[in-house]
Amino acid sequence: MNNFTIGHLIQWFTNSAHWSGAGGIPSRVFEHVLISVESVAVAAAIALPIGFYVGHRRRGEFIAVTAANVGRAVPSFALLVLVFTIMLRLLPANLAYGFGPGLVTLTLLGIPPILTNTIVGIQGVDADTVEAARGVGFREREVLTRLELPLAMPLIMGGLRTAALQIVATATLIALIGGGGLGTYIVGGIAQSDTVQTVAGAALVALLALFTEFGMAFIERTVTPRHARPKRRWRRVQPAEGISPAMPLGV
Amino acid sequence: MRVIADPFIQWSWIFAHGHEMWTYTAQHLVLTVVPVAAGIAISLPLGIIAQRHRRLYNPVIWVAGFLYTIPSLALFVLLIPLTGLNLLPVEIALTSYTLLILIRNIVTGIDGAPAEVVDAATGMGLTRGQILWRVQIPLALPAIMAGVRVATVSTIGLVTVGAIIGRGGLGQFITDGLQILFTTEILLGAVLSVLLAVVAEAGLLGLQRFITPWTRKALAGASS
Repeated sequence: MNNFTIGHLIQWFTNSAHWSGAGGIPSRVFEHVLISVESVAVAAAIALPIGFYVGHRRRGEFIAVTAANVGRAVPSFALLVLVFTIMLRLLPANLAYGFGPGLVTLTLLGIPPILTNTIVGIQGVDADTVEAARGVGFREREVLTRLELPLAMPLIMGGLRTAALQIVATATLIALIGGGGLGTYIVGGIAQSDTVQTVAGAALVALLALFTEFGMAFIERTVTPRHARPKRRWRRVQPAEGISPAMPLGV
Repeated sequence: MRVIADPFIQWSWIFAHGHEMWTYTAQHLVLTVVPVAAGIAISLPLGIIAQRHRRLYNPVIWVAGFLYTIPSLALFVLLIPLTGLNLLPVEIALTSYTLLILIRNIVTGIDGAPAEVVDAATGMGLTRGQILWRVQIPLALPAIMAGVRVATVSTIGLVTVGAIIGRGGLGQFITDGLQILFTTEILLGAVLSVLLAVVAEAGLLGLQRFITPWTRKALAGASS
């Protein structure tokens, strides 16, 4: 524990053995990013259509608030370990370790922020504007795709970003159930009392999280129609639950 | 070996471990209250200063957002060289996570005090300090308390992750259960953690109603 210096850390990162092979940094980064991207994609494929439908019908307050509260109250670590042991009972062991339960857990974690933000964003579109669109002959599908979606885009993207960040963060924990990724350095380092490797793994995880945050912010800016962009830039930093905590949360 | 052939939940095991349930729940509560209290102690002055001096708001929120972005296990571990392998890095990291939510809500809350109310208070001869503590902060309490509730519930969830690097709290059931693949113990840790979050949320909501009786009246008036 006490022999940790920045020099050791630099040595660890410049050791070429740590940059090649199945346990090397590139392949660990790849594992981490792969499971994260897949989980975000599956979570979005589930949550976006539900959010579109419920938001468009304007009956989503309860679902939005419940999803936000459940998403916050269920600890990701507990969920991961639970999904793992349940899958271990139901499936052959080779399917139940690592990737499978990781994908299921990360997807479950990604759904609440996307769902909440999509519903809140679409319901937040001014009802008079929607009526006006119907008045000039928009069909329901067009109301959704040409009016509600573009206007809700900042919040929807905010939900996707929150989900992506939470998924990348929690993907660190799948190393505990043999799922690989950058958490492997941390878990292995703790088990072997190797502080240098543990800290190196943590630094890589932190970098990947920051990269995700800025990457998603860039995508968010690119796909948001100019007129729908929030004027105040500080909205950029969104809380984990996706909607402003000063807003509806169970108040 | 108590692995897969076991029933999903062994009630006898749960009843035999009542003592541990109380110990871990009490530890979990302490491990949650400390960072939330420390977070409030840091956020309140920072929020008040950032609300008055608008130029400072963006830098403060940027730093808090930066800390918030770093995943919990990574932040715990990055602090280990400074603190050693115990629960201190967990407490420091969890404190830093509360800052973004709390500072944002404190500033939003103080901003929310209607300008005419502040003008009236100025007209009555209150100093800036008096206006802050007797008018703006009380009016900001619903927003501040909403932030405290969000911070508390998130912290309760993240304390379980702390059991990966130090002993203590309900996460202990989860890490111990994972070692021997014992579903009952894992489920117990998860359920107690969620229960604690629900109770904390309800308790803080009750406290909020108690310290802001005027919002209670407004709600009653609106519903009748």
